[in-house]
Amino acid sequence: MSDQTTNSVAYVAETMLPELPPPARETGVIKWLRQNLFSNIPNSILTLVSLWAIYVLLSSTLPWILNGVWTTSSLNECREVLDNKLGACFSVLTERWHQLLYGFKYPTDAYWRPNFALVLLLVAAAPVLFFDLPRKMLAFTAVYPFIAFWLIWGGTILTPILAFVGFAAAAVIFQTYGKKSFAIGFFGAIAAALVVWIVGGALVPESASDNALLSAVPSRDLGGFMLNLMLGVTCVSLSLPLGIALALGRQSDMPLIKWICVVFIEFVRGVPLITLLFVASVMLSYFFPPESTVDLFLRVVIMITMFSSAYIAEVIRGGLAALPKGQYEAADSLGLDYPQAMRLIILPQALKISIPGIVNVAVGLFKDTTLVSVISMFDLVGMIRGPILASTEWNGVYWELLGFAAVLFFVVCYGISQYSQWLERRLATDHR
Amino acid sequence: MNNSVFFGALTVAGLAAGAAAAGTLDDVKARDKLNCGVTTGLVGFAAPNANGEWEGFDVAVCRAVAAAVLGDSTKVEFVPTTGKTRFTALASGEIDLLARNTTWTFSRDVDLKFEFVGVNYYDGQGFMVPKELGVSSAKELDGATVCIQTGTTTELNLADFFRSNNISYEPVPIETNAEAQQQYLAGACDVYTTDASGLASTRATFDDPTAHAILPEIISKEPLGPLVRHGDNEWGDVARWTLNALIAAEELGVTSANLSEMTSGTNNPEINRLLGTEGNLGEMLGLEADWAVNALSVGGNYGEIFAKNIGEDTPIGLARGLNALWTNGGLLYTPPFR
Repeated sequence: MSDQTTNSVAYVAETMLPELPPPARETGVIKWLRQNLFSNIPNSILTLVSLWAIYVLLSSTLPWILNGVWTTSSLNECREVLDNKLGACFSVLTERWHQLLYGFKYPTDAYWRPNFALVLLLVAAAPVLFFDLPRKMLAFTAVYPFIAFWLIWGGTILTPILAFVGFAAAAVIFQTYGKKSFAIGFFGAIAAALVVWIVGGALVPESASDNALLSAVPSRDLGGFMLNLMLGVTCVSLSLPLGIALALGRQSDMPLIKWICVVFIEFVRGVPLITLLFVASVMLSYFFPPESTVDLFLRVVIMITMFSSAYIAEVIRGGLAALPKGQYEAADSLGLDYPQAMRLIILPQALKISIPGIVNVAVGLFKDTTLVSVISMFDLVGMIRGPILASTEWNGVYWELLGFAAVLFFVVCYGISQYSQWLERRLATDHR
Repeated sequence: MNNSVFFGALTVAGLAAGAAAAGTLDDVKARDKLNCGVTTGLVGFAAPNANGEWEGFDVAVCRAVAAAVLGDSTKVEFVPTTGKTRFTALASGEIDLLARNTTWTFSRDVDLKFEFVGVNYYDGQGFMVPKELGVSSAKELDGATVCIQTGTTTELNLADFFRSNNISYEPVPIETNAEAQQQYLAGACDVYTTDASGLASTRATFDDPTAHAILPEIISKEPLGPLVRHGDNEWGDVARWTLNALIAAEELGVTSANLSEMTSGTNNPEINRLLGTEGNLGEMLGLEADWAVNALSVGGNYGEIFAKNIGEDTPIGLARGLNALWTNGGLLYTPPFR
């Protein structure tokens, strides 16, 4: 065999040939382009059309943005500086940024207060959002609403302390008696909180706010993007537990509870949010004497919370319905009672399924907070539509202002959406 | 504590409506603050400036009333209202006075139970066209496309005007003034119609305002004035005569420049009565004798307020027109101070 081989072959390579680089069309950028953008004729056409569209878009917006004027004090000055060239008038942002962010009446020297509250919000929200963090941080989360209230509204520190003591008393009562009977614990807790607030409210002197460490800021003076953020955060965090309660109530075997929840959800979902806001701002003031109306901010929070909790309840009901019946039966067969079964078996799974829907509602709710501008609250859009566009200097600046608002909202909503995707990946237990 | 969110909610039911019984004038004095309803923002008429202070033609009325009643033009709480919330805010007592470019109509006065205390601006619906269109009168607008805000009286006025002149038009419905501005500049319509003051302020924001003309025809009556609730005539009188004092001061030649000089006494008995150096007009109103001096020291007389906020030297550039004194061919006329 070996003889034949040596004779029949004329030439045998004794060394490996050096590797040639792959053909130019099969490597690097060109390969990527060929595979992704020009793989066949229709794709190539689509690519060229898209490139043209991107070019048209950028060639009209980029000069506008890059030519932007940042330092003038009115639209007319902008036009003089631009001298018929294309360019944005961003000066409105540099001159009115504080109004866009905080509203036009929030005291200038107190801007650090909402800023600080925002930083603390991140700290307080962290253990709720990222459950790998130490659980002890939740203690700060519990105290945070009262700190934030004091920071933003100012006034006497006794008010938030009193509110906190009321809630703490309610929690203690519930812990003590709630184990024996839920009803006694629940109503006892409400009664305890009311007693603390009423007695405490009578004890705090009327003039306590006069020389407070932080000057008091009435709700009417809040505004700008701060107001959107406050409404969004408050309403989302309140409507989530309320929505869970409504969803469970709707599945309840007790007819009274079930029908209360059904009527509430169906009624609120059947009414536009703007109608509820009008009720909050207009109708309620007919029912109360002029000196004792409920704070407008609180009225709006209640209405938006009601609205979004009805939607969240339906999202969570979808999650509950998606669970196989076996899960409920498994919980029963383990001998768990209703709260245990819900807390340990049903809700963790149902809520996981509902995450995309809940986030959807949260993002929608956050953007819906701009509707408060129709009831003359100066949120970000209200500030733009009202005071800023109505000033003689800036009447007529639309793209710059509304673009700025869009950027602010995009950043927050995109952040929420990214968080929810991370959460879904983190909680994915099925397709491992 | 009453203002806090928590106790506000809790004490709602408990608080008695003690204030409702007393007169508005006493309420304002007791509160030491005037709650004045204004718009959320209208160029020249009311808008907060970069420092958050309210400025404008309607705002000046609020400040004058506050100065007349409380002696201090800064003692005003401006309550921004939208077109939809303004009447409820007034009816429910949230505000004492509404100075928000509100047209005086029969049904608002009678059916909604308000009291218009006078007219601080005579407005009317007008037309704006590009000058290159070569139109000099609204009657030449046969076949034109017209940008018009839907659901307003301007829509009805427009239809009436074109029908009575036997000419045709094509409406381009739009929702807001901002949208109208864009549509009009983009050439989607030949004509834009709304209140003449609105047209002027819209034109002021254009790149080249001189390329657009406001036609001379005014096709509706829109008397704008401050209003108060029905049934509190003392308070209505205070608001009415404060406005009248501003107008009378212009008529009598009292300006912010010569106010202090005139306050020390003049030969004209009407000026003396107005400024409180003679007679007891202030006492009759339940105010101090120098109420009108206080009101005038804020921004001067009607003419000065007009010139400062919306007059021809401002970007809005409105001519006095109907809002000139009756002696100058306008409609401003105040009953005598006697």
